[in-house]
Amino acid sequence: MNVPTMAEMMAQGKQPEVLFWVGCAGSFDDRAKKITKAFVKILNKANVEFAVLGTEESCTGDPAKRAGNEFLFQMQAMTNIEVLNGYEIKKIVTACPHCFNTFKNEYPELGGKYEVYHHTEFLKSLLDEGRLTIEGGKFKGKKITFHDPCYLGRANDIYEAPRDLIQKLDSELVEMKRSRAKGLCCGAGGAQMFKDAEKGDKEINIERTDDALKTNPNIIATGCPFCNTMMTDGVKAANKENEIEVLDIAELIANAEDL
Amino acid sequence: MNYIDNILFAILLVVGVGFFVRNVKKLSRNIKLGKDIDRSDNSKERWKNMAMIALGQSKMVKRPVAGILHIIVYASFIIINIEVVEIVIDGLFGTHRVFSFLGGFYDVLIGSFEILAFLVLISVIIFWIRRMVVRIPRFWNKEMTSWPKNDALNILYFEMVLMSLFLIMNATDPAFQTFHLGNPISRFLVPLFSGFSEHSIHLIEQSAWWIHIIGIFIFLNYLYYSKHLHILLAFPNTFYANLNAKGKFNNLEAVTKEVQLMMDPNADPFAAPAEDENATPEKFGASDATDLNWVQLMNAYTCTECGRCTSSCPANITGKELSPRAIMMKTRDRIEEIGANIDKNGEFKEDGKQLLGDYITPEEIWACTSCNACVEECPVNIDPLSIILDMRRYLALEQSAAPQELNIMMTNIENNGAPWQYSQMDRLNWKDE
Repeated sequence: MNVPTMAEMMAQGKQPEVLFWVGCAGSFDDRAKKITKAFVKILNKANVEFAVLGTEESCTGDPAKRAGNEFLFQMQAMTNIEVLNGYEIKKIVTACPHCFNTFKNEYPELGGKYEVYHHTEFLKSLLDEGRLTIEGGKFKGKKITFHDPCYLGRANDIYEAPRDLIQKLDSELVEMKRSRAKGLCCGAGGAQMFKDAEKGDKEINIERTDDALKTNPNIIATGCPFCNTMMTDGVKAANKENEIEVLDIAELIANAEDL
Repeated sequence: MNYIDNILFAILLVVGVGFFVRNVKKLSRNIKLGKDIDRSDNSKERWKNMAMIALGQSKMVKRPVAGILHIIVYASFIIINIEVVEIVIDGLFGTHRVFSFLGGFYDVLIGSFEILAFLVLISVIIFWIRRMVVRIPRFWNKEMTSWPKNDALNILYFEMVLMSLFLIMNATDPAFQTFHLGNPISRFLVPLFSGFSEHSIHLIEQSAWWIHIIGIFIFLNYLYYSKHLHILLAFPNTFYANLNAKGKFNNLEAVTKEVQLMMDPNADPFAAPAEDENATPEKFGASDATDLNWVQLMNAYTCTECGRCTSSCPANITGKELSPRAIMMKTRDRIEEIGANIDKNGEFKEDGKQLLGDYITPEEIWACTSCNACVEECPVNIDPLSIILDMRRYLALEQSAAPQELNIMMTNIENNGAPWQYSQMDRLNWKDE
């Protein structure tokens, strides 16, 4: 696996086509690391000249902002912007819709203006440009349902890119009753990932997994490391982990080709 | 000639409109108690939103049954009000159906009003059945008891009575009944009055006419106290609504200045603060209704408590305390209370209460996943999430009262640049695992 860092690129006097922002989940969470690697494999295969920040990367500040701590958010934002602008970054791709949303919507006013892509959009553009081919492979004919991450869907109106990619796998895309703009949250957003839920009669991820299970899928696909965790836990709670896989779109594409 | 009727009507008109103007002034004063926010940009898109969402009801029809019935009631309400112009002229000048000189056109006009009135009557009855017989859950959440529940029913009864009076008024007008085209509905009511003397029928017609117009004036002045204010406020509310991507939360400018100063290597750490010594430092976030901006307060007055937000809120669906509708209702209750306090004392007299704590609990605020489902659902672009975020800011920044687990997460970000306790130096370890 070829994963150059910005520092290495700079030393060679090179500027990458795009910066891959890995994010905290993608760097540290065992499940999310698989998504990171799958995405890197695709980038390598499509010959995309990318780089990561590596140890120079730091939390975008999203969970702090959504927990009300505007100070911490802006501290993180301005530190990151200094690093990014220092490397003259123009284009960023990330597999985390929370990082994506923060870069796209909240950094520009603070001096961080970049072209920002969610990895599903980026993969879609590689496909459209003919730099990437997608084959169904082992997912041919499989029933896949897509869970819309709130920060990709409602927050930024991106609904089609992930669906277009699923359909390229020659698989059957089945929609949940609540999907697209009406999609139900997995329960992790707004910093909920890092705390127990308030008192209630059900966990949100169980409610959402029920939606997905009603479509009788072989695979629940999503495009967010936090949604992935929540849905995986939901599938386990329903004792369906042997029948149903929860996979990121990047994993679907990478696994289809045995990358 | 006897002018008593005309004088009575003129008094009724002046009192009815006068009280309404007074209510509008009070409403506007209360909304302006909110903080300033600039929503003067991009007027083209704002007009478009108002035309599509308020006038065109584009978000209402996302739930087709309620949406289509609502369009019937709404469109009819606006069109039938043309009839009120005639009623006012008749009332003031003692004329009878002053527009009838229009001949065939008048027939068609009143005929369409009758059909619309009938459709409204049917729709409103279906609304009542949905609420009281089918008991659609979003009408029965716990915030929908006492006044909110009665308010909703009062509005339905009002409309039923007004529409019936309009039809009865036409049915008991023998001269009008000879117009033929103008009475497609009321002609079926005529037989009900067949046994009555000419005098009684005239009396019924006059009574229906008077009760109808008095009812309209009462309804006009009921608005301020009711969730029904949306018929007016839906328009400015959609106009001034947020146009940014829903995921974008505003960056607090006061914080930006401080963070920039902290990060500026040339900043003099011993420099005396330039600000006016008597200036109170800006409060972060919101703990009371007056800390919110005027758009958020207008949102609260615009809310018609339909509950689409709450019925799509993941926290509410899974039994948590949070209900986005209740956030809006409580905000309105509190700003009303502050307004009444000012009316009574000339200026706001500290009452020891706050929106956060006395109305909205931190438990509600922390249950939100910021998923924007409530914002997406609202047929008139109300934004409950922005109020929740402002309250989180107050709790986190002014009170240091975020839940312990979130404090740990934030300490981790401060210390090692990730919400979990991993060293920043290990960020690239995945590459070789």
